[in-house]
Amino acid sequence: MLKWIPLLPLLGFLINGIWYGFFQTRTGAKRAGATIPGVIATAVIFGAFLISLQTFLTLKGLPAEGRVIDENLFSWIKVGDLDLKMALRVDSLSTLFTLVITGVGTLIHLYSIGYMAHDATPGKFFAYLNLFCFAMLMLVMGSSLPILFLGWEGVGLCSYLLIGYWYEDIAKASAGKKAFIANRVGDFGFILGMFMLYTHFGTLEFAKLVELLGKGDFVATLNPLAITATCLLLFVGCTGKSAQIPLYVWLPDAMAGPTPVSALIHAATMVTSGIYMVARLNGLFSLSPTAMMVIAVIGGLTAFFAATIAIAQSDIKKVLAYSTVSQLGYMFLACGVGAYTAGVFHVITHAFFKALMFLGAGSVIHGMHEEQDILKMGGLRTKMPVTFVTFLVGWIAICGIPPFSGFFSKDEILWNAFANPHGNKFLWVLGALTAALTAFYMTRMFYLTFFGKPRFDESKMGAHSNGHDDHHDDHGHSHAPKGVHESPATMTIPLVILAILSIVGGFLGIPHSSWLETWLEPVIPAHEAESFTAGHSTEYGLMIFSTLVAVAAIAFAWKTYTNLKGADARKANHQKLHKTLEEKWYVDELYESAFIKPIYEISMSLWKSFDVAVIDRIVLGFGRISQWSGQAARTVQTGSLQVYAVMILVGLVLTLGYLVRGFI
Amino acid sequence: MNALDASNSVQPWVVQSFCAIIFFIGLAGVLIRRNIIIILMCVELMLNAVNLSFVAYSRQLEDMGGQMAVFFIIVVAAAESAVGLGLLISMFRTLRTVDTDEIRLLKE
Repeated sequence: MLKWIPLLPLLGFLINGIWYGFFQTRTGAKRAGATIPGVIATAVIFGAFLISLQTFLTLKGLPAEGRVIDENLFSWIKVGDLDLKMALRVDSLSTLFTLVITGVGTLIHLYSIGYMAHDATPGKFFAYLNLFCFAMLMLVMGSSLPILFLGWEGVGLCSYLLIGYWYEDIAKASAGKKAFIANRVGDFGFILGMFMLYTHFGTLEFAKLVELLGKGDFVATLNPLAITATCLLLFVGCTGKSAQIPLYVWLPDAMAGPTPVSALIHAATMVTSGIYMVARLNGLFSLSPTAMMVIAVIGGLTAFFAATIAIAQSDIKKVLAYSTVSQLGYMFLACGVGAYTAGVFHVITHAFFKALMFLGAGSVIHGMHEEQDILKMGGLRTKMPVTFVTFLVGWIAICGIPPFSGFFSKDEILWNAFANPHGNKFLWVLGALTAALTAFYMTRMFYLTFFGKPRFDESKMGAHSNGHDDHHDDHGHSHAPKGVHESPATMTIPLVILAILSIVGGFLGIPHSSWLETWLEPVIPAHEAESFTAGHSTEYGLMIFSTLVAVAAIAFAWKTYTNLKGADARKANHQKLHKTLEEKWYVDELYESAFIKPIYEISMSLWKSFDVAVIDRIVLGFGRISQWSGQAARTVQTGSLQVYAVMILVGLVLTLGYLVRGFI
Repeated sequence: MNALDASNSVQPWVVQSFCAIIFFIGLAGVLIRRNIIIILMCVELMLNAVNLSFVAYSRQLEDMGGQMAVFFIIVVAAAESAVGLGLLISMFRTLRTVDTDEIRLLKE
């Protein structure tokens, strides 16, 4: 039964892909709308969700220690004593991920039916989306690292395909390439990490790894340096996939893809696979305090750094993208201080509210006829009421106001950074500052989008005489009402469901009676309460403190942006800082000059100095030699028979001389 | 009669030297002259020099094998000159020349 969870999306991919490939690409074929492929894709992923739910309930019925379902499909690779099985394994950690992937995935598929209604190739879109779900489910359900890696690469591929979905726009196509290449760098580290793991443990299966890590005498024989190196290499893979410093640069560019893709892949699921992997191998990572420290610091810095960039972005999707990078940094901060449960908790709540915000942003973009600049929005709350209310929920959740979901997970992380034996105050300060920044930029975006006076000319909207070609356009102009409008029901229903989840999702992990912690106990051993360096009163104090910080940041942002002229004046006062933030600390430019340019230059000079100068010369030289020797031999051939006769004579004399005298 | 009667017979080395001289005259003609007719005649000269040499040795060594060879050579030479002259005529008809310097079709 387990195998049907990934197989159903694969089936949907095949149906949509074959149907699209055979019947939709021919010239003159009648183009179908998004409804049929959308319904197929949504149905299969919903089926997978139902099976996931059933699996979850089965697991819930089992005793806590035996909450594992294994399913061996076939023997994948068999070389020597390595027998790699294609096997699925669901335990309390991966079942949460399958539920999130299929659940949020279903909502996003449903949303896409409306969003992609007038796209030229919806069959292709839904096929890719289903293929992504298949790969993502393989990633979380694989019973060993190679299968996880299979899914890891699969989601990378689908991410590339979907970012560059409108590949006719060269900027979008190259955003896809950027994502793929940045991920390649990370995957290289991942592969090396796997090799090291196999060298030291002799197995890549999670069950066996956990068993080995549980044996004290075996762990004692391991070289701590090798463990640190393994953990760091695996973490390099995470920095690529989960967009951490230094490989995060692809994620903001990935917003070139359709908005549902950003919601599904680049907010809710794929980018959290790094956290999944770290949580899955928590026993390994816990062995290396150095690696843990690196993860925590990178996570904290990414969280802070991305949040500063988000402040100055004016593209609504870019703000959300940097916010995602920042929140992913939080999750790694949690993992790095040993609070894997808090990390996973934040993955789940973040999947709810960030998917909600992305879909809400998509709805705004849809309603605004492809306008993404928040400086050109404003006053949308009356025109798009459902989007407004749901976005409001997402906003409160991410700002960390109780009792919305973001508050609980974020606070859990901050508390662990503060008081966990692996945490320290520096990390906590980073986290708290990030929380304030998050509240600030989210309020800025929220206010500029939905409040104030409209800063656009509605009469010009929806007319679309400017000749968009319909392929490039995921929005139906011919059917859409003129002016700004609320999105259709297929788009608002997922918003409402996600909004509800964003409100209640936090109750999974209420401090001190956390259901999540108990549930994950078999996979992630909980910390002893006594080991924390601070007591309950400090914990509640910090909670109140972080809420106050968030409220203060919201109030400050609100006040700033109510007076837009004042905000502009302030911007002018800090021209340089604003410019730096808007240009993302010039990191892209830095990478351009530090890595891309040199590689380009080296390649160019190698081409000219080695390929052309050496290899080409050798090859051409062989041609010249045969040409030259042919020319030389040709002069012997005079065509005059008498010359030939002389040669015969000479040969004859020489031969006779040899025969008669031995050697002349 | 003594075959090697030195008093009233030509000495063998004289005959052989004579043959060699004629042979090399023929060879020089083949290599140097440009007229095909003369070249053919020189070939005949070479062949007949060899014939004479064969006959002389045959007499000296009292072995009829040499004279047998001469008959073969005469037959083949006759055929050769017939064919050679035939080719020559046909070549002159197409190329209007019998000068070997102007006939270099192999090179062109």
